[in-house]
Amino acid sequence: MTDAKSDRTASMRTHSEQQQPGMPSTQTPSAIEIPVVVTPDMVPTRDPSLPGEYPFTRGIYAEGYRRRLWTFRQYSGFGSAEETNTRYRFLLDRGQTGLSVALDLPTQCGYDPVDPMARPEIGKVGVSLSNLSEVEILFDGIDLSRTSTSFTINGTAAMIYAMYLAVADKQSVPREKLTGTIQNDILKEYVARGTWIFPVRPSMRLIADTVLFSNEETPRFNPISIAGAHFRDAGVTAVEEMGYTLADGLAYVDELVKRGGDVNQFSRRLSFFFYVHMDFFEEVCKFRAGRRLWARLLKERYAVTDPDALRFRFGVVCGGSSLTAAQPYNNIVRVGIENMAAVLGGAQSIFTCAYDEAFQIPTEKSAELALRTQQIVAYESGVARTVDPLGGSYLVEWLTDRMEQEIEKVIGEIEEYGGAVKAIEDGYLQMRTAQRARLRKQSTDSGEQVVVGENYFRHADQKNDFGEVFHLDPQSVKRVLKKYEQVRDRRNNKAVTRLLNRLGEAAAKDSENLMPYLIECCHAYATIGEMVTTLKQQWGEFVEPVRF
Amino acid sequence: MSLKGKRFLIAKPGLDGHDVGAKVIALALRDAGAEVIYTGLRKSPEYIARVAAQEDVDAIGLSILSGSHTELVQDTIRCLRELDAADKPVFVGGTIPIEDQRMLKDAGVLEVFTAEMRVEDVLAVIDRAFAS
Repeated sequence: MTDAKSDRTASMRTHSEQQQPGMPSTQTPSAIEIPVVVTPDMVPTRDPSLPGEYPFTRGIYAEGYRRRLWTFRQYSGFGSAEETNTRYRFLLDRGQTGLSVALDLPTQCGYDPVDPMARPEIGKVGVSLSNLSEVEILFDGIDLSRTSTSFTINGTAAMIYAMYLAVADKQSVPREKLTGTIQNDILKEYVARGTWIFPVRPSMRLIADTVLFSNEETPRFNPISIAGAHFRDAGVTAVEEMGYTLADGLAYVDELVKRGGDVNQFSRRLSFFFYVHMDFFEEVCKFRAGRRLWARLLKERYAVTDPDALRFRFGVVCGGSSLTAAQPYNNIVRVGIENMAAVLGGAQSIFTCAYDEAFQIPTEKSAELALRTQQIVAYESGVARTVDPLGGSYLVEWLTDRMEQEIEKVIGEIEEYGGAVKAIEDGYLQMRTAQRARLRKQSTDSGEQVVVGENYFRHADQKNDFGEVFHLDPQSVKRVLKKYEQVRDRRNNKAVTRLLNRLGEAAAKDSENLMPYLIECCHAYATIGEMVTTLKQQWGEFVEPVRF
Repeated sequence: MSLKGKRFLIAKPGLDGHDVGAKVIALALRDAGAEVIYTGLRKSPEYIARVAAQEDVDAIGLSILSGSHTELVQDTIRCLRELDAADKPVFVGGTIPIEDQRMLKDAGVLEVFTAEMRVEDVLAVIDRAFAS
């Protein structure tokens, strides 16, 4: 064996240490060639619509951010519910306007903390919420009638939503007052992120159950947030991110129509979620094009007439894989630029990543700085003063048109394959995404795409020091396990068994909506692992098609 | 390069669903002429060690980005020992802080790779492990 240490040093050296990059690329990362200058004659089909008017290119509301600023929603959660509750109170105290719950992998994949698969992962990438008592602790002292909460939860979204409703019941908050979002977008989990549990078809049924139930019981709540963000971070371009997402959106619409849902009603509560990466105008135009295309697809294909059902509401995250471990303070600047693109693109809610977020749970200090970034954009920069301030720019209108065409092409390719559900069951989208990830890596490895501090502008003795290091309280895992045992001892186990059996029986019938059964189970302190196991017995588990 | 004809197991231990790095490295190894078995997501250390032994692979790559690398890597190496397969070089890729990289190497990992490294450099390091 060679000396591993010297190998490591050699491999960290980049080809470009002494070199300056060439001129910045004339193409966007989606490979759209940008003209030197865009002239009026290049934008012949200028969209005359006003903000708040179909097809909503310029924004979904006539008054834009003058009506209401976007929600400042920082994704956060770690360890046990107690620590996360403390972080939430810290963030709310510093001016955050909505909560966003990060859950740990056992909760996301449906394992109780005592499961051998769960043990190493407890509290690592989010908070552990195995049963109702944990959710009670999480929202202790937080009034659910006044706080909008978003949950990044998919495979177990129905169970977490049920727990949230049970806590609201306990706080005596009427369900119609609840606002917030569950991500509940399983399709993209099979391609990126990977927290799937059941096969695709029963998962689609469970999603339809939550959406239809929510439309009736929690009409101000978003029961799904169809997400492109994770495709993007897994390697695809901005055009593909929007194309895959809208294709998934159409698959959910089809499923809901099949279940007897009214497209004019349920479409009002469909929401979306994207990444904002660094190519400023491409990001702005991605949102303008997506808004217009979604409205058009719903109108043309499903004859949707209700304007509220055509409004493309979306949240974003700024950061992710556009951030680097190299020279981590550069990330503060990146997130600031991305934040501007999100606002100029008209986002309804924004999460700005902390500069250390890609490598560790943010410290209080870095989390506060990320929130301050949004507050500076909102209150100091003046960009929120008028709706769609970039509207009418020759470049922006030209690029919006171009991106809309490209996005529609991507949707066409997926439909030609047989639609999003089939493309995912077969592993086709997974394969396309992996290949795209390879190309993206090749373009940064070769220096074709410049990443400041990573492949260019490094210094010889560069160390990736990102200041304060976050350490998870070593007691929190013990606390999670102890509380879990206590709940199982305290609850009425006979009642739990009876309710789980009822859930299983209902799952066997396609026509039953499972939400009432899940809420009953949660009230009785059934655990996430028990509910998931019950459904696995009926539906089986997803088998990953390995194609790349 | 001596990667041609070598057999690799690329594995995702634990519950982490980030498979970009694993797939990018798998594709690159394949293009370099190696044979790659990819486990897919959510595998236990016991399963990974068993596959590595049964398939008699030349090296194992573990990809972990959820922060649970310490336990999962140690468990996998322990399982490999139990199956008399501890002679196979183990590489780890993921979001691994510097201080943990040292600890993983002490536990028997040959090299740790992070996202910013060039794929070409990663392959060169793996290649050199076979050359010696």
